[in-house]
Amino acid sequence: MSESIEKIPVVEVDNLVTHYGDRKILNGVSLNIYQGEIIVIMGGSGSGKSTLLRHLLGLHKPTSGCIRLLGKDITKLNNQEMYALRRHMGVAFQGGALFSSMTVGENVMLPLREHTKLDEQTMQIMTRLKLELVNLIGFEDLKPSELSGGMIKRAALARAVVMDPKLLFFDEPSAGLDPVAAVELDELILKLRSALKMSIVVVTHELDSAFKIADRITVLDQGDILMTDTVENVRKSDNQRIQNLLNRMPRDDAVDTDDYLRRLTGYN
Amino acid sequence: MDESSRPSLIRQRVERLGIVVVRGIEESGYMFRLLYEAIEWVVVGKQRQQPVRVTSIVNEAVQIGIMAVPIIAVLCFSIGVMLAIQGIETLKTYGAEAQVVLGIALSVTREFSPLIVSILIAGRSGSAIAARIGTMQESQEIDALRVIGINPVRHLVAPIVIAMLICVPCLVILGDVMGLLGGAIFTRIDLGLPISVYFDRTFEVLSVDDVMQGLIKSLVFAVIIALVGLANGFQVQGGAEGVGRSTTRSVVMSISLIVIADMVFTYFLNR
Repeated sequence: MSESIEKIPVVEVDNLVTHYGDRKILNGVSLNIYQGEIIVIMGGSGSGKSTLLRHLLGLHKPTSGCIRLLGKDITKLNNQEMYALRRHMGVAFQGGALFSSMTVGENVMLPLREHTKLDEQTMQIMTRLKLELVNLIGFEDLKPSELSGGMIKRAALARAVVMDPKLLFFDEPSAGLDPVAAVELDELILKLRSALKMSIVVVTHELDSAFKIADRITVLDQGDILMTDTVENVRKSDNQRIQNLLNRMPRDDAVDTDDYLRRLTGYN
Repeated sequence: MDESSRPSLIRQRVERLGIVVVRGIEESGYMFRLLYEAIEWVVVGKQRQQPVRVTSIVNEAVQIGIMAVPIIAVLCFSIGVMLAIQGIETLKTYGAEAQVVLGIALSVTREFSPLIVSILIAGRSGSAIAARIGTMQESQEIDALRVIGINPVRHLVAPIVIAMLICVPCLVILGDVMGLLGGAIFTRIDLGLPISVYFDRTFEVLSVDDVMQGLIKSLVFAVIIALVGLANGFQVQGGAEGVGRSTTRSVVMSISLIVIADMVFTYFLNR
């Protein structure tokens, strides 16, 4: 992203606190994402990155804090306003989440059917256009169960971008894929950004993929954002926890003997 | 370690009972909310430009209703025959075999047909609904619907509830006919009573209220099957095993609720 362009925030997260039951997952997370950039939210399992994504998608209500997408605070929107905002958001889920009862083509076409009043012919063309983009043309009449893992992810991506959203969210693009398919998907994400000029939020724990596609990386650990910066600066960071994550080192939390015994015996 | 950190057995039991009660209330509240939202979408969906689609209702109705026709016909016919056998056998002791017509007519229309149909639909469709919704929940398809902007209640819940409300009463009418036919055929064989005479007498003794009683109950059962299946589906946790557990739970729960609701409604409808 060139510095000369004025930075317009498309996602503004301010002091987001969330709980799962009684357990606190995010402890006041703040994050800005700017137009046209690819930001990677990185962290190990249990870091809260999936939770952060689910809140960005408006699937849960946070305990406190606010989330502004394209300038609108989604914690305060009513159903109709949220419905209107969803036209500008695309999401590709980890397992694809294609509707198993529909064909690939119908899956990709569904957002168009829902949000537009285009005629069948136009919708067909727009669907094929997006399938072409993800290299899945000719597969539109297959059911999701007949596709390979990589193809499912690409079909999910086609469905996510069929409305030409301003904001694209991608959960774990390379999870469960072989290295070649993972690299292809990374290429595809970069291609999409240059072709469709969208802002892309990718959640992943894959370092190679993160370094390859990211403009900026946000490192999340145990519910806190450790840093949000360019790939270079994240690599250079002297934060121990970030270095552990980058070097695939196990966490070496100091062991409190009393606490350990208490946990073993089960008495608090 | 002091004693107070180890709760007594009684306290544990009471605590567990409390948890179960609260969960039960929570769950029934959840089901009523599903029902309320489903009705809301049916009423105002058009205004919101997001109507409940007729094609989805038809698809559900085919699955729930049409596909169940053969099995319902066979089961209710068998029930009719069974009632005739038992009725004739018992009434013989009083020499009143001919009264079997009344017995079959009332018990089929008021009790057996609604009960058998509902239990079958709970086993056949209630479980399928729980499994389907549960699988969709696990594979994030429900989340995908929501992020596309398709309300899951409108897209999944409303069509199923409506289809259930249409199909179960229709199947009960089919069950009534097949049950009476079963009774008629066995009575013809055993007592030599002509089938036309059997039906003439049946219509003499049978009032509209008897049939309505069965139909009113079947509407309640339809709502129970739909809501229990849906709620169990949406609450699935823990992968394939969780889906299996929810499916079983939904069948046991809806059949239990149907039988209990039947008792309650029969009591009030006969006062």
